[in-house]
Amino acid sequence: MSINARFHLQYPDFSLQADLQLPATGVSVLFGHSGSGKTTLLRCIAGLQRAQEGELSFRGEVWQSAGHFLPTHKRPIGYVFQEASLLSHLTAQGNLDYAIKRAPVVDQPIQLQQAIELLGIGHLLKRRPEQLSGGERQRVAIARALLIQPQLLLMDEPLAALDTARKLEILPYLEKLKRELKLPILYVTHSPDEVAKLADYLVAMENGRVLAAGTLSDTLARLDFPIKLGEEAGVVLEGVVTELDAQWQLVKVQCLGGPVWLRDSGNDLHSLVRVRILARDVSLSASLHNDTSIINVLPAEVTDISVDEHEGLALVKLKITSSSTGTDTGSSSFLISRVTRRSAHLLGLEIGKRVWAQIKSVAVI
Amino acid sequence: MLFSDADITAIWLTTKLAFVVTLLLLVIGTPIAWWLANSNSRWKSPVNALVALPIVLPPSVLGFYLLIFMGPKGPLGELISTLGLGTLPFTFSGLVVASVIYSLPFVVQPIQNAIEALGKRPFEVAATLRAGPWDRFWTVLLPQARPGFLTAAVLGFAHTVGEFGVVLMIGGNIPGETQVVSVRIYDHVEALDYGSAHALAFTMVAFSFVVLLALYTLNPRAGFTTAIK
Repeated sequence: MSINARFHLQYPDFSLQADLQLPATGVSVLFGHSGSGKTTLLRCIAGLQRAQEGELSFRGEVWQSAGHFLPTHKRPIGYVFQEASLLSHLTAQGNLDYAIKRAPVVDQPIQLQQAIELLGIGHLLKRRPEQLSGGERQRVAIARALLIQPQLLLMDEPLAALDTARKLEILPYLEKLKRELKLPILYVTHSPDEVAKLADYLVAMENGRVLAAGTLSDTLARLDFPIKLGEEAGVVLEGVVTELDAQWQLVKVQCLGGPVWLRDSGNDLHSLVRVRILARDVSLSASLHNDTSIINVLPAEVTDISVDEHEGLALVKLKITSSSTGTDTGSSSFLISRVTRRSAHLLGLEIGKRVWAQIKSVAVI
Repeated sequence: MLFSDADITAIWLTTKLAFVVTLLLLVIGTPIAWWLANSNSRWKSPVNALVALPIVLPPSVLGFYLLIFMGPKGPLGELISTLGLGTLPFTFSGLVVASVIYSLPFVVQPIQNAIEALGKRPFEVAATLRAGPWDRFWTVLLPQARPGFLTAAVLGFAHTVGEFGVVLMIGGNIPGETQVVSVRIYDHVEALDYGSAHALAFTMVAFSFVVLLALYTLNPRAGFTTAIK
């Protein structure tokens, strides 16, 4: 883990007590309701707020410790604020130039042209902030944060102030950013959709404390306090499109652990796809049936069982044990299945039992 | 001839005084305004009140204490004479010192309001873009608070031009040294020379109007209502 953060911050009506190790790759999402302390944590990492007690290091470089505090302008970060934060006396181009002028001279992996294309802002550069829509302002702000050539990009609910249409306008840019740049991103949000689309690593927060932290598939598959993305417990799997079935309009997505077939929604071969599988859409059977309409049936092993919110139901955590991956490499995919407790009893479900997971519905996200 | 040579001297002296004082006030007032806008210190309210005092005090009260403060037995007077810099009362330098104190709130408050209106966000943004404190001052504070600085400069200048009581207490009435336009008008009236008084007084009215007109045109929301909280 390359980001080590420990903060203790006390206000009259709020306290933050966080001890976290985060990977310095991919997208780590700080997820929680408003007031959970996720933004405060991000601001502490940026140095915009100073925790009374805190230790912070990034790739071995100490940013904060007892008696040492690296000010924000000396940290190699980029920061995207929740609401429009363009400097109002400068044009869009002026805002980008502000970053370019101050970026470290050596090591500039992100070129101006690349940032402009990545965020589709070429036609906006001459405009002033007040002449841009909320979504456009945020795209310029993201480009600006990239052009400071950060080693760590911090994003504080960059979509929260936007309406749904604007969110949908920006999300693809964020997904592209994630795919095309090898830049670790720390992303704060309360939106389950953004977690499902972007997160590789998930930190769930509540009342200034860290509830759970781990890879997305691990945290979502935890039964002790299932983190719900929306109303339903479920998991998110990521995979590559490996086959297009033109005859039946299906695509095959090879996920860690096993292949999943889903409706062709115009995915390109070899493109990266994320799918969400809800616990209620996964049923279990002891043997493999061929006379079923369900096309996704994966061999799995029960790794955990717990009673669901309703006493009559149980949540079952499953590790997919597809023959194609074979050996247990430690990085496996999990599913959660919701079944009645009676079924669990009749099937003799217990930890270690091998079953077939029948996935009734898979949603591309 | 509209103005006598002595009138011209007074006008020139007043202009020089106002320029020097305005310049000094911008330099001194900006850090005070910055501190007042950002501080959570328990000293903030006392300092705010102290800076605003000249707005409410009669100029004669302020002038009286400044005279004592700057006089040969006053702390500032002793310091100045120890340093071999002569004396302050009844000199141009004394007028500058007194005017800076007298006009301070008119410069500090517009700048302070402008900085408070900006909030912390633009400075946080600049800090995440690797701008250090000085960099932020020049590239964010000055351009974004420019209307506040403009208001401050105009008010500081106009207020210095218009002062009378403090000048009389501190500077007296020495032509070419401390005799400013407002005092000169007083002299004309005392001598029952209403024609000369008119010429100077009307010039003051016209000047003040033009200055305020320029201020409100450039910056419609500016003025005393925002200057004095």
